[in-house]
Amino acid sequence: MKEYTYIGKDVVRIDGLEKISGAAIYGDDIDFGANLLHAELVSSTEAHAIIKSIDISEALKVKGVYKIFTGKDFPYKFGLYMKDRFIFAQDKVRFVGEQIAAVVARNPGAAKRAAALIKVEYEPLPAVLDQMQALADGATLLHPDLENYPHVPWFFPKPGTNIAHWRKTRKGDMKGGFNEADFILEDTYTVPRYAHCAIETHVAIGKFDYSGRLTVWSSSQSPHTQRHLFAEALGLGHKDVRVIAPHVGGGFGGKAGVTMEIIPAALATKLKGYAVKLRYSREQEFINTYQRLGVVAKLKMGVTKEGRITALDHKIYWDAGAYVEYGANVVNAVGLSAIGPYRIDNISIDSVCVYTNLPPGGAYRGFGYSEMLFGLESHVTRVANELGIDQIEFRRKNAIKVGDTTAYGAKMNPNGLLECIDKVVKAIDWGNKPAPTNPNTVIGNGFSLFWKAPAMPPNASSSAFLKFNEDASINLIISGMDIGQGYQTVMAQIAAEILSVPPSKIRVETPDTDRNPYEWQTVASHITWSSGNAVKKAAIDAREQILSLVQRVFNLPLEELYLEDEAVKCTQDPSFNLPLKSFVVDGIMTKDGTFKGGPINARGMFMPEFSSANGDPETSQGGHPNVHYTVGAAALTLEIDKDTGKMRVLKTALAIDAGKALNPDLVRGQITGGMLQGLATVLYEDMRYDSKGKLLNPNFTDYKIPTAMDVPDEIIPIIVEVPQPDGPFGARGIGEHTMLPAAPMVANAVEDALGLRIKSMPITAEKVAMAYLASKKQ
Amino acid sequence: MKEISFVLNNEERSVSVEANEVLLDVLREKLGVKSPKCGCERGDCGACTVLLDGKAVRSCLVLAIEVENHRITTVEGISAEKLSALQEAFIQFNAFQCGYCAPGIILAVTELLLQHPHPSLEQIKESMAGNLCRCTGYSPIFDAIMALTKVEQHADAAENVTSQDQHPALPNVEGK
Ligand code: FES
Ligand code: FES
Repeated sequence: MKEYTYIGKDVVRIDGLEKISGAAIYGDDIDFGANLLHAELVSSTEAHAIIKSIDISEALKVKGVYKIFTGKDFPYKFGLYMKDRFIFAQDKVRFVGEQIAAVVARNPGAAKRAAALIKVEYEPLPAVLDQMQALADGATLLHPDLENYPHVPWFFPKPGTNIAHWRKTRKGDMKGGFNEADFILEDTYTVPRYAHCAIETHVAIGKFDYSGRLTVWSSSQSPHTQRHLFAEALGLGHKDVRVIAPHVGGGFGGKAGVTMEIIPAALATKLKGYAVKLRYSREQEFINTYQRLGVVAKLKMGVTKEGRITALDHKIYWDAGAYVEYGANVVNAVGLSAIGPYRIDNISIDSVCVYTNLPPGGAYRGFGYSEMLFGLESHVTRVANELGIDQIEFRRKNAIKVGDTTAYGAKMNPNGLLECIDKVVKAIDWGNKPAPTNPNTVIGNGFSLFWKAPAMPPNASSSAFLKFNEDASINLIISGMDIGQGYQTVMAQIAAEILSVPPSKIRVETPDTDRNPYEWQTVASHITWSSGNAVKKAAIDAREQILSLVQRVFNLPLEELYLEDEAVKCTQDPSFNLPLKSFVVDGIMTKDGTFKGGPINARGMFMPEFSSANGDPETSQGGHPNVHYTVGAAALTLEIDKDTGKMRVLKTALAIDAGKALNPDLVRGQITGGMLQGLATVLYEDMRYDSKGKLLNPNFTDYKIPTAMDVPDEIIPIIVEVPQPDGPFGARGIGEHTMLPAAPMVANAVEDALGLRIKSMPITAEKVAMAYLASKKQ
Repeated sequence: MKEISFVLNNEERSVSVEANEVLLDVLREKLGVKSPKCGCERGDCGACTVLLDGKAVRSCLVLAIEVENHRITTVEGISAEKLSALQEAFIQFNAFQCGYCAPGIILAVTELLLQHPHPSLEQIKESMAGNLCRCTGYSPIFDAIMALTKVEQHADAAENVTSQDQHPALPNVEGK
């Protein structure tokens, strides 16, 4: 194997100094001077209602109020995959928290006071707060004019219903598959909604200057996508819209696409010359950004007595909220992949995106796969147990392998799933359990596999510019976001490897769409792979420019030239050593005193040209919607107090096939972070709505996220490397995946310990204690 | 409006504040010190942590008028000359991801290290239990602190906080 200098090394993050010294600038840290205006929103108190009137007269009297805007000022629709959203509610509100109006004032206090004085009169409509209720005959329609909504060609809305999209995947012969089965297990699993809880809330500042150019500073994972949607929705040219994305204080999918950022962008266009800021409170963050979608999953699996899966029928009904412009693609992605990492010949998947009168569902780390895997991996364990086959053996037997066909007919990529299983089994000492620490506790082990593909349009692309400075340091100009995963560092490592310049001499800045080249979005765990390929190409372009210049000036054969230690060297002439800093900007002086060359500026681009979304609408066969899957396995040992239900994770191990871990320590960081985020969704996080659709716990006191006290006693991160043929140095993405197995493996461990199967998330201490009590009474 | 003076990062500063203004807003909006971050405005997240006479407090819960004649230290104050050993350890151990929680956690742990140069894992966890981090899963932070504090020459890990920053008996500064 080739020895790399920087790839595969635990290179220290290049953004460390900035973030640890307090120098890093986040959206709310930018100064805009005395002319900055502040916006505050008026939000719906009804889940579903017609807006009869909006009275702003009292609010206008508040000192410091500059202007007040409502829906009639912005009659535009927008959306990423389906245009079903409004900048402000028009005639109707569809969830509690939906923005109806904005007060713009000289200071945040005045804006807030005035917003509270705006009176909205509603005529309530029946609300549907649950996807099954929304699917029932006669359910109130959220979007009666659904048929007129523009959407991407791979969505299939059903006008006249609350179904915004229905992804159907069909393969093989279901009847035959179930006939062949010796055993069939059928059951339903439910997963509620979850909140991202990045510690930085959403913030965006819009400024429409006197020349008619719109600049938006936003805490975003998607600056170019935002620019595009702002330009489209507001009727501006792309060159006149500029999005500047400073450091982001956590994303997890919540800052992908466009949510609240369109509000200050739109307001700015009516406030020429001013900058206007909208910063969400923690409560607004909970109620009016994307949330993770809720799920009801109905599973039916057939198996032979030897343990081969013969058929899988997986129906998934998604509570996608009032607007699904992004969330419907979560539904789509899972509808293509709800077989999990298994080889199954007979498949029927229905993934149904349902409008409900709850906040819009959208991207959340895992993009629907966590929700899907809770049911599937619970079911797999149960099926194996019912058959009397060891669940690990069962998984091994059915595990998908390179070259097997996926549900939609494309071939599975190379992967190390079996190696992941073996390594986790060993790390967790599967089959053995530690002794309980006290007589009232019991121990359970849980296991889960996981997989996920990036969900992206087939033409999602990345690009990179690279320029050398006089001292051979480099500015790498790219537009992915370092939302914490270490993107900037890893991209610097890729350029460093090709150009022999250490990562510490490479600066990567957060993007500005005027200056940085196009990037689709930092989502889907695709950025290491996609942007990494673009950066690699840019670095190779720079290397080619450098070497061909040296060839031309020194008349040396190109194939003998190479880069090492920031210099051009020659395989046939060890004395030849031309430092990069001597010429990468200034050029090379020749004998006659003239200079050859000039500043080295390079570029690279990557688009997966093999990808397509044109599968058959009834079966999904025929396209190539997913570029590849990343797979892995995980297990945990759980100690449960029988009386209180209190659970403690004693040990957990997660193995993931990163293709090539470009920076192993950053991969391990994703495992520890993702694992805790995943465990919290199953052990205690819980969004609670009342019967009117109002969220009851929109703060960190009542919606608990993990603290330092909640960390498992031992986390064992394991990296497996089966290269991705089209990945940079073989890498594929791993960021989201690390939280995927948490929920099913807890459910499986609870059953192992107490003999109780819990089929709804979260699996709180209370729920476990109650279930245990009930089981004893029987 | 009331004019107050206090020592901010080793420099005497004066500023006019309203009686109900919290320290976090005054630091960020009136004094240009941006490392204390806002995450919840109600004492839940710890992103706004600063040192008040060497003690970690949530600046979103402290009224600005209460810090009159006290010493306030933020991450800017401990980074001016060179980073503290604790900060260096955070960088070496990748003890942050998005970095939004880092200023608050660094100050919370700085307080701990002033009192316990060689803390136990339990003490470390307790010292930062009020500081939420959604990214790291905390364990890399524990690793950084453990590695740092078991090395003898770094016993004074909180070196950049002067002894003057410590003030044992403090008036009731938390809570409005
Ligand atoms: S801002 Fe969250 S504790 Fe102060
Ligand atoms: S590093 Fe993102 S919140 Fe801690």
